[in-house]
Amino acid sequence: MFEISPTEWTAILLSLRVAVIATLVATPFGIALAWLLARRDFWGKSLLDAAVHLPLVLPPVVTGYLLLLTFGKRGLVGGWLADHLGIVFAFRWTGAALACGVMSFPLLVRPIRLSIEAVDRRLEQAAETLGAAPWRVFATVTLPLALPGVLAGMVLGFAKAIGEFGATITFVSNIPGETQTISSAIYSLIQTPDGDTAAARLVIISVVLAVGALIAAEVFARRATARLHGQ
Amino acid sequence: MLRVDISKQLGEFALAASFTSEGRVTGLFGASGSGKTSLINTIAGLVRPDRGTIVIDGETVDDTAAGIHVPTWRRRIGYVFQDARLFPHLDIRQNLDYGRRMNGLAEDPAQHKRVVDLLDIGALLDRRPGKLSGGERQRVALGRALLSKPRLLLLDEPLGALDESRKLEILPYLVRLRDEAGVPMVYVSHDAAELRQLATQIVMLRSGQVTAFGGVKVLTGGT
Repeated sequence: MFEISPTEWTAILLSLRVAVIATLVATPFGIALAWLLARRDFWGKSLLDAAVHLPLVLPPVVTGYLLLLTFGKRGLVGGWLADHLGIVFAFRWTGAALACGVMSFPLLVRPIRLSIEAVDRRLEQAAETLGAAPWRVFATVTLPLALPGVLAGMVLGFAKAIGEFGATITFVSNIPGETQTISSAIYSLIQTPDGDTAAARLVIISVVLAVGALIAAEVFARRATARLHGQ
Repeated sequence: MLRVDISKQLGEFALAASFTSEGRVTGLFGASGSGKTSLINTIAGLVRPDRGTIVIDGETVDDTAAGIHVPTWRRRIGYVFQDARLFPHLDIRQNLDYGRRMNGLAEDPAQHKRVVDLLDIGALLDRRPGKLSGGERQRVALGRALLSKPRLLLLDEPLGALDESRKLEILPYLVRLRDEAGVPMVYVSHDAAELRQLATQIVMLRSGQVTAFGGVKVLTGGT
């Protein structure tokens, strides 16, 4: 039962790689966007807020299809990237990472935004009176105080990315060794006769990863509270 | 020298103040709601005046006619808030060092020692702000502002959040600061007794207008 086959290992490692890359690349964008939504007022803010949450409410297959239309080889952005920068997303693991990044983005942004909103603006003001330029206020006060939220967002985003299925399979299909993540491997296995045991193994691994991520997020949230109280 | 001549509309409240102070400690005196904090925030650059000029130490930091508004972080001021506002994620040593780092100043151990001794905060350096009493926090906030080497120190009711005995604990430090630190101060308070001990000049405010300006004796004229 607990002998993990090479194919399964490939899927597990690919899932981890896809989720790690998706999370690391999405985080700076997530922080920037969370800061914008938490601290700035501008025209179209609620529209942007809605757009960020869109992957959460759209059917994943729709998001995947839109990604295919945009970032596919003949897509508007995908074609340009392939021609000018040699970056191809279609049917590559990079495409899986893109799909996972987009799908997990709302979950990544939300805790970061909340933790930035929770940072006392009077502390930012104090930093300013001590000679800190706005970007240094952000780097030395806002971000360190919001860090537990950033980590919580990364953990949640990672957990979502590692389990993503609908958008990924629509966008980059289900190619073993290239785009077959744990989720798509389970999907293939349960359609195969005698695949049940292997599927069960991957299901257990998914559960372990997801629960681990939730516990990590909880730990970070507790630290946030302690930190904001100056202990 | 501090020259202020500004007006600012804040909702229903109109603030208009004009005075020039050469004193070591300029006291802004008035009841709550008289516009003291708005005025000191305008001097700090946290509030932008609708009209007028502010000159600190010969530098024009606000001139609406000329479109000048130097942002707070470039004004080289120190600001001690009523609620200390120490950074909770830094220890006391790092809090004290913050202004020096942000202003790109060289380390100055002699100055550091002078300020730490003056305020008696040497024993607190490795602690976190959360573990300090209100009076200790306020002393650290004073030290933090001083160590950024400001050319003007703004204090907004620095004793306001403390009880009577704590006030008496901090007051001597403020007197020493006035006499030894050599940084001109603007001191906001609604407590005439406090200002009598500290201020050299008084700006009296009532509902956003300056009603009296002069030596400490204007405090006895009644408000």
